[in-house]
Amino acid sequence: MSITVLKAGLQTTVQDLGRNGYAHYGISASGAADAFSLRIGNLLVGNDESAAALELTILGGDFKFESHAFIALSGSEFEAHLDGESFQNNEGIYVRSGQILSVGQSKEGARTYLCVRGGVDVPYYLSGKTTHVMSKMGGLNGRQLEKGDSIKIGNLSSVTQPIHNKDTLDLNCAIIRVTNGLQGEWFSDSTWNYFLSNSFTISDLSSRMGIRLTGNLIQSDRGNEILTEGIPLGAIQVPGSGDPIISFVEHQTTGGYPKIANVITADLCKVGQLKPGDTFKFQRVSIEEGERLRLEQESFIQSLKAS
Amino acid sequence: MVSLEMTASLSSVTEYLQDVLSKVIDIDYPKPRIVEVPITYGGENGPDLKRVAHHAGLTPDEVIKHHSEGSYLVYFLGFSIGFPYLGGMDESIATPRLDNPRKSVPKGSIGIAGDQTGIYPLSSPGGWNIIGKTTLPIFNIENPEQSALKMGDRVKFILVEGV
Repeated sequence: MSITVLKAGLQTTVQDLGRNGYAHYGISASGAADAFSLRIGNLLVGNDESAAALELTILGGDFKFESHAFIALSGSEFEAHLDGESFQNNEGIYVRSGQILSVGQSKEGARTYLCVRGGVDVPYYLSGKTTHVMSKMGGLNGRQLEKGDSIKIGNLSSVTQPIHNKDTLDLNCAIIRVTNGLQGEWFSDSTWNYFLSNSFTISDLSSRMGIRLTGNLIQSDRGNEILTEGIPLGAIQVPGSGDPIISFVEHQTTGGYPKIANVITADLCKVGQLKPGDTFKFQRVSIEEGERLRLEQESFIQSLKAS
Repeated sequence: MVSLEMTASLSSVTEYLQDVLSKVIDIDYPKPRIVEVPITYGGENGPDLKRVAHHAGLTPDEVIKHHSEGSYLVYFLGFSIGFPYLGGMDESIATPRLDNPRKSVPKGSIGIAGDQTGIYPLSSPGGWNIIGKTTLPIFNIENPEQSALKMGDRVKFILVEGV
């Protein structure tokens, strides 16, 4: 049971919910850039929500199924056809051996997940199957997929009843909510006002490691170097250049730039859907509000599982 | 490893961490291991040795003496995979990072950035001043627990002649 890659797309990688527990060796968790969509995609095909799938970025790719399979695309809507017929987003669909799924340009955000019942089967590296592209580890030989690759599928033993889902949460990618960062007080009230009231643009130098922002230069009042310390996922670092960087799934585990803010957990999935040229604004919320929004997202997933 | 459910509340996580912290204070830490790291300085192995010497107002041999005679504490492994940050370097050889980081620094390269020194466990881009190189495998990618260096270890550099 396998998929053959006929066209690899812009950046197609094997992703799961991350290789957790190795930050003390300098290894960040990696994992799906939009974990929320991956989890729903897995439920649509009756997998455990943490199963590995293919993360497709901006331009999808062509995939030939060498066996029957039950699959779903979950995330941003892309141009997608199965043997020339329009392929529905966010729905579990049977494909026959020999059929070709062609995924073209995205119609909205940066990413969609090609989930397969039984999961995508690559060896574990440490605690995960996720590809850490910058470090060349995990996934298929530590790299993004290339034309001609063959990916084994469907080896997961614990499959459940697929869900049918048409509901979704309103994910407005034009607003990214943040809490105060570890060095939030290094920035004056007027800098914070400037930071929150102007739109940022995603630079095309962005990657799964860091989302680089342009449009507004941010300066700290206390210099731009701190003693090196741990960096959490979603931390917004402000280097000397003044262009902030959102540390993302493949982030460095430590760093020496002040961190003005941190993206709330519930909005990390929206960061994973931002693509070069997109614009958005930050909105500051309290830690309590960030927690409430995370629990709301979790209970949405739980309600899908119960349906 | 402790893993928390995505539904864990902030208060329960805070309570848990405070409990861990209160216990950590009473731990008898094991004596640090002393790990000997062979190093060859200068030449192809240390292209920035002269830059460090120039910055410090010393000769390359004096830089080698200051660097190799130190005893270093592994503060942590970080920024990239398995990279040991070593503290305790003689401040007289402290040198700022390169203005233009290299696209690729060979595995085993030993560098200086500010008043810290470190070892590149894998080939990677980097902006540290490279003064030497070791043949000791620093990071075990298959099994990180078996790596040569851990947080809290002491490093002693052993000078070996270049080949």
